[in-house]
Amino acid sequence: MSAAAAGLGVVALACVPLALGDYGLSLAINIVSYTVLATAWSLFSGPTRYVSLATVAFFGIGAYTTAVFAETLAWPLVLLIAAGIGIVVAGIVGLSTLRLSGVYFVIFTLGLAELVRQFVTWYEVNKTRTLGRYVFTDITAAQIYWQLLVLAVLVFVAGFLIGRSRLGLALRAIGDDETVARHSGIDATRAKVALFVLSTVFMTLTGAIMAPRWTYIDPAIAFNPVISFTVLIMALLGGVHRLYGPVMGVVPLALLFEFLLARFPNHFSIMVGLVFILIVYAIPQGIAGLVDRTMRRPA
Amino acid sequence: MLLEVTLSGVTLGGMYALVAMGLTLQYGVARIMNLSYGELLIAAAFAAFWFYSGLALNPLLGLIVVPPLAFVASYAIYRYLLQPLVRRAKSRDQLEVDSILATFGLLFVIQGVMLALFGGAYYSYSFLSVPLQFAGATVAANRLLALVLAVVIGLGLYLGLTRTRLGTAVRAVAVDPVAAQLVAIDVRTASALAFALGGALVAAAGVLVSMFLTFNANLGVVFTLKALIVVIMGGVGNLLGALIAGLILGLTENYVATFIDPGLTLAATYAIFLIVLLVRPQGLLGRANR
Repeated sequence: MSAAAAGLGVVALACVPLALGDYGLSLAINIVSYTVLATAWSLFSGPTRYVSLATVAFFGIGAYTTAVFAETLAWPLVLLIAAGIGIVVAGIVGLSTLRLSGVYFVIFTLGLAELVRQFVTWYEVNKTRTLGRYVFTDITAAQIYWQLLVLAVLVFVAGFLIGRSRLGLALRAIGDDETVARHSGIDATRAKVALFVLSTVFMTLTGAIMAPRWTYIDPAIAFNPVISFTVLIMALLGGVHRLYGPVMGVVPLALLFEFLLARFPNHFSIMVGLVFILIVYAIPQGIAGLVDRTMRRPA
Repeated sequence: MLLEVTLSGVTLGGMYALVAMGLTLQYGVARIMNLSYGELLIAAAFAAFWFYSGLALNPLLGLIVVPPLAFVASYAIYRYLLQPLVRRAKSRDQLEVDSILATFGLLFVIQGVMLALFGGAYYSYSFLSVPLQFAGATVAANRLLALVLAVVIGLGLYLGLTRTRLGTAVRAVAVDPVAAQLVAIDVRTASALAFALGGALVAAAGVLVSMFLTFNANLGVVFTLKALIVVIMGGVGNLLGALIAGLILGLTENYVATFIDPGLTLAATYAIFLIVLLVRPQGLLGRANR
């Protein structure tokens, strides 16, 4: 029943590009891409409570893969390469930091985007001798939207399946108390790394799919830290302990940011910072947490 | 050549050590992982710049005025922004996550204010940039002065923490906040004090750094990152460890920038950080207790 409803909803969403103009479509692309990013983020950070600040590192890796290969290789192959690079980087980061306390992970991810950005800049300046790249493909905005929609469906299906699997149970146990989880025979490191890799694959693919939107990218655009920040704040507003939570943060905030960016372009980061602090203090459990509480109250 | 690079590496490392000492107070004692830490350093650098270019005053005067202001500002931030989180937190992990999130928001607010005031351009001013001969190598006088002042401040902090009653109380909170209460130490006041002191230290470092480095409004997060790396490398709450780790980091960066490629300094920093994490996760001088 609910699966049928979800299917109908996806079909309705797939028709959106036919109904909207260019501006509406670009807003819709924005919302769907942040839905994928925020849901993927909370897929890992929700149950484990490891705050990842590296979303844009993977997003940027994806975008750059497209910029480098889109003109010479077939599109599915480009996506495959992007996912591959994302998996390798996530594996290295995960294996080296996730065995340790959560703070190390936060610090490492805080610098990861900067590190990758500097590395790409260094490579471009010294080896290819140009800093920017043009992305010329014949992919239309509507096609980007549909690809992102497919990715969104996949991330929800993945989240749903994980929630019902042994891995999901293990992760919830780790989030509650890692020491207890380890004593119950859970290989905590393996579970965390596996989920981290899975969540970053979605981020990398989002970046790869979004790259043709820009036509020109350089490291500062592809690895803009504001993207990591936006994803974090959207996921937190929505609530990370429910699969549907992040979406509820994405929609209002994407619209709000669109408005703020148009009205106060020079004070955008102050406004976003204030909104963020407000969320941390006022609704620590997110909108999904509020919904849970009001649902429970009458019973 | 090698001596000159080493000397400027030691200066940079001394700055990192000073910055990290403030952070180790904030994180080790007050248990706040402050991601907006570097923004305060840049704000202090801008203040020194304004002292020199706007008011035509000696930036060293900034060293007397700015850190007390930063002390008050940090105290207010702790008291009104972070203490509610301390009270709300059920465990230390919870507080860590909450403080990371709150100060991450603060980072964007402070950075946004500085961007609105100064724009994204790079700033620097020329103060005491006269060459000095030192054991056959040439050093800029401002770098040497910054290093000397950093040593004085660091030494003062070390003596204050080890030789006074208040300093001992602060260190006791760093070791165990619950046990510290049992011996009649006011943990809340000690934490607020340590947090504010950390803010004053990073502001002092900001004034010193502004004398010989170019800076812009976006640079804060780089300093936060390096301070965090130094703190973890040296061992959380360990001042001597912070000093050693800061020097290692400063020297490595300067060697890599001079002899390999300036674009790879951050990669080198991260490589060292990774090695320390894998080999000695408790830090060079830290105790393994978690």
